[in-house]
Amino acid sequence: MIKLDAGTIFFAAIFTNNILLTNFLGLCPFLSISRDVRSSLGLGFAVIFVMTCTTALNHIVYYHVLVPFHLVHFRFIVFIIVIASFVQLVEMSIERYFPPLYHVLGIFLPLITVNCAILGAALFMIIRGYSLIQATAYGAGSGIGWMLAIICVGSIREKIEKSAKLPKGLEGPAITLIITGLIAMAFMAFSGMIQIQ
Amino acid sequence: MNKKTSSRDIFISGLWEDNPVLRHVLGICSTLAVTNLVANTLVMDAGLIFTLSMSCLTVSILRSYTPLRIRMMVQTLIIASYVIIVDILIKAHLPDISDALGPYVGLIITNCIIMGRCEAFARNNPPWASFLDGIAVALGYSFVLLAIALVREPLGFGTLMGYQVMPEGFKPWNIMMMAPGAFFMLGLLIWFIRARFPRTEGEQINGCT
Repeated sequence: MIKLDAGTIFFAAIFTNNILLTNFLGLCPFLSISRDVRSSLGLGFAVIFVMTCTTALNHIVYYHVLVPFHLVHFRFIVFIIVIASFVQLVEMSIERYFPPLYHVLGIFLPLITVNCAILGAALFMIIRGYSLIQATAYGAGSGIGWMLAIICVGSIREKIEKSAKLPKGLEGPAITLIITGLIAMAFMAFSGMIQIQ
Repeated sequence: MNKKTSSRDIFISGLWEDNPVLRHVLGICSTLAVTNLVANTLVMDAGLIFTLSMSCLTVSILRSYTPLRIRMMVQTLIIASYVIIVDILIKAHLPDISDALGPYVGLIITNCIIMGRCEAFARNNPPWASFLDGIAVALGYSFVLLAIALVREPLGFGTLMGYQVMPEGFKPWNIMMMAPGAFFMLGLLIWFIRARFPRTEGEQINGCT
């Protein structure tokens, strides 16, 4: 594998290898939250924060605990526990110390434990053999890419719901998926720039 | 859901009326990611059927011993244990497909269908009914996945299960192999199903937990 520096990985994760648009991760909350821009923003920030921290944490846990003790097969359980406890911790601490922030992010935090993008980022970084810095850059980039996608789709959906008259059955998830497909096509235009695998 | 449902009702509702992908739009992450080849889809389906039915069974057996407050954590751990079994099995017997599926086997854990069924059904129903419900819902999911894969593979690669099916000189549609093709296919499928077979009670629940 070609060694990529952290900056390249960061940009690749946002544009060319967007975790939502090319790897389909994190679609479930995406479909239900992208109804308006405001909540998309809230969830987006929460995802960036949690994804950056948990990817780094999982990297440390994987290489310093699981590999030395030959427990690699248990990585799914361990990762999900790390993610769940981190989210719980963050939720409690911002509720205690930053109440205004809690009002913005609070309801989104529990959702994040089951966001497959977070676990997906952790698994991808292991498969691709990133170093700690690369993994952190990848986590941050994926989070930002995810937020970018949800905001694009959220703002289009808001307009459509207000003005367009859709055929029966197309409203809701169906039209959202088609919009997402179009945005994914737009993002494919970036794919010539950098390739990470 | 009614407590006294017969096995037949459970199957019909899992396969069609409560179809996780088409009706509730759950678990679509993996729906889209693995459907570019029919072979991958079949392996994913088998993994999901196993994990879902066994998790529902276990959650249902343990339902009276699980404290309400930590039930989510318990369910996640149960699901994760079965996923590990599936992952090891696929790695041992189908290494090629294991590489192709990459992280998506592990992502069965966060597949909201499983959590959804454990929460909605297995938690309040006897083991046997939960087991059937798990199989039925997983089959409903599998059938949607297959439907998409059966369109994407011939159009994207010109093959079906690795055999050439399209006529000579057919130019593969690159878009079908890539992400946008998957989004369009699922969008169109949901549109078709919802327009053709509208639900009597209008409200739709979408999104996951």
